[in-house]
Amino acid sequence: MSTTPLHFVPPSDFRARAKSALDDPKLRKSFRGAMDFLQTKRSAQFPDGDELEQLRDLGEAIRQHALANLPDLLVQLEAKLQAAGVQVHWAATAQEANEIILRIAQARQAKRIIKGKSMASEEIELNHYLEERGVACLESDMGEYIVQMAGEKPSHIVMPAIHKTRGEIGELFEKNIPDSPYTEDVDTLIQTGRRALRQAFVDADIGLSGVNFAAADTGTLWLVENEGNGRLSTTVPDTHIAIMGLEKVVAKLEHIVPLSNLLTRSATGQAITTYFNLISGPRRPGELDGPREVHLVLLDNGRTQAYADEQLRATLQCIRCGACMNHCPVYSRIGGHAYGTTYPGPIGAIISPHLLGLETTADLTTASTLCGACGEVCPVRIPIPQLLVRLRTEANRNPEEQVEHPLRGQGAKFSRGERLVWRFWSGAFARPAVYRLFRWAATRLRALTPSQQLGWTKYRAPLKPAPRSLADLMRERERR
Amino acid sequence: MNARDIMLGRLRAAAPKASAGCGELDRRIDDHFNARRAARSASELAQSLQAAMTASHAEVWQASRSAWPALLAQQLGAHGVRRLLLDTAGAEGAALAQALPPEIQAWPFAHPLEAWKSELFNSIDAGFTVARSGIAATGTLVLAPDAGTPRTVSLVPPLHVALVYANTLHADLHAAAQAERWRDGMPTNLVLVSGPSKTSDIQQTLAYGAHGPRRMWVIIVTDDVTE
Repeated sequence: MSTTPLHFVPPSDFRARAKSALDDPKLRKSFRGAMDFLQTKRSAQFPDGDELEQLRDLGEAIRQHALANLPDLLVQLEAKLQAAGVQVHWAATAQEANEIILRIAQARQAKRIIKGKSMASEEIELNHYLEERGVACLESDMGEYIVQMAGEKPSHIVMPAIHKTRGEIGELFEKNIPDSPYTEDVDTLIQTGRRALRQAFVDADIGLSGVNFAAADTGTLWLVENEGNGRLSTTVPDTHIAIMGLEKVVAKLEHIVPLSNLLTRSATGQAITTYFNLISGPRRPGELDGPREVHLVLLDNGRTQAYADEQLRATLQCIRCGACMNHCPVYSRIGGHAYGTTYPGPIGAIISPHLLGLETTADLTTASTLCGACGEVCPVRIPIPQLLVRLRTEANRNPEEQVEHPLRGQGAKFSRGERLVWRFWSGAFARPAVYRLFRWAATRLRALTPSQQLGWTKYRAPLKPAPRSLADLMRERERR
Repeated sequence: MNARDIMLGRLRAAAPKASAGCGELDRRIDDHFNARRAARSASELAQSLQAAMTASHAEVWQASRSAWPALLAQQLGAHGVRRLLLDTAGAEGAALAQALPPEIQAWPFAHPLEAWKSELFNSIDAGFTVARSGIAATGTLVLAPDAGTPRTVSLVPPLHVALVYANTLHADLHAAAQAERWRDGMPTNLVLVSGPSKTSDIQQTLAYGAHGPRRMWVIIVTDDVTE
């Protein structure tokens, strides 16, 4: 696999990257093993099919309720958090989110940020942005730490270093962490990572985290993790900045109970993770630890585009468990880096067009067999296959066509020639006389069929009409 | 227009006009969990908590109100703990401090974190907390850090020792949130802990002590259980 840093690999390179991933047997083996492991663990957590289906219904209903009331819930969350002393910031774009975080850092003359896991911060390329401006961001989630060390991006939203073998990690640690001889022993490697990061928690000026869920009624940020790095990042530094996509709010704290239950079981096959960290404000007078300042950055970055369309809004139901990618035959063969987007796999293929536009992401919507596995495992019942088809339609729509909710990059794959072929095809099918003529011509002139048929013949035999049509054969049979 | 107005404007333009209340949804959530919850005694809940926490790699003992301090003191001594962080102003902390052998020093969290951050990270062997309650189904302790036992006590030292009373145990997370009326207001930080810190980030191999405590000990106090 290439060791070139993966920063800013455009998703438009998807086809080429998918091909090179398929040609990499080591990577394929890593992913096959990891996906089998995660599928087995998830399925063991749901022995009762009825319970699973009811819980999925609940999860879907909770997320849909939250989305139906989203603007009001965000205002309520903001008011609750502000009353508790949390500063709330709104960022319409990735650029704005980065600027807000930089301003907070500069006001505190902060030079070091320690990060818990946050896909939203990956999405806005925060590390890169801040590093260029003199603020160092260190990832503390073990998987994120490993991929950051390798100059890569996460290849999975829950398990960022899932593509790496222990040998590769052993080499990375040996090269980059002083006094750490090469080993493939996982316990030793984890203890090496722990030792290297321990002082970073003490030295950091700011801790940055994501948010799994936010409850509007109590003003609580709900963080889910196993390692304790999320708790350390949000507790030890004097300032905590949380960043979340605006869709993560729900009406009530108690609505998070079934969602967290679905999240941990779907993501890693755990009944619960080691830590649920519920934050409802900065350190109060008399308390001896915890950040003195807490900030929340609410991120849009294209989410309101998905929200505007009733069908595409379902994209925002996502709770970021990664089950869709774990069960996707495409993702499990090419891995997350091929996509070139923060969110890979099926959920990535339906969320990335809103974040980045269809111009660069249209190919991702075709990275699916439409087998339906992603929709079947989604704990909140996002109809991913239907949304993929819809996005393909938008990518092939005439860019000039006026529609109620135009998507950024509408018509990225539009081709007048293709449109003409389809128009001819549907016209012929709709008129029996024309269709008969077409059939007659196709069967008689079959010798003229070209042997090279664009992408089709790359992997398959050329299509050739049969010498006699089915209709002719049936007619003959009826005559007998 | 600022970002807030832009974002809210876009959402308001698309949001359904008549938004639904929560009543029906709340009832469905309650029904789902209530239907799956069998009535169980405190000792059954304690057994279940112990089994689940043990499966999560915690070491768990059940002990009576009078016996636990000596049991814990003996364990701490046997495992070479020298500096134990605990709140001696609390009843449990005081009882444990009294039972400790002379080689174990009881350290109160006497200063704000920033005044002794390095010392806390580098010289404290264990932290002692009293859980507000526990969740039997998942083997989880509910910690509500306060001035006497701040958040880092259960997080920074390599050994986290927690005490939970059997009569505070709930069957599941839903029951805990309901019974403790979390909806009525939350402390600045509430933490649910289910075992020592862990990760599977290296080739899906489970390893403990990723960043938080490597070991977790739990004492379930069973004395005043009424069957």
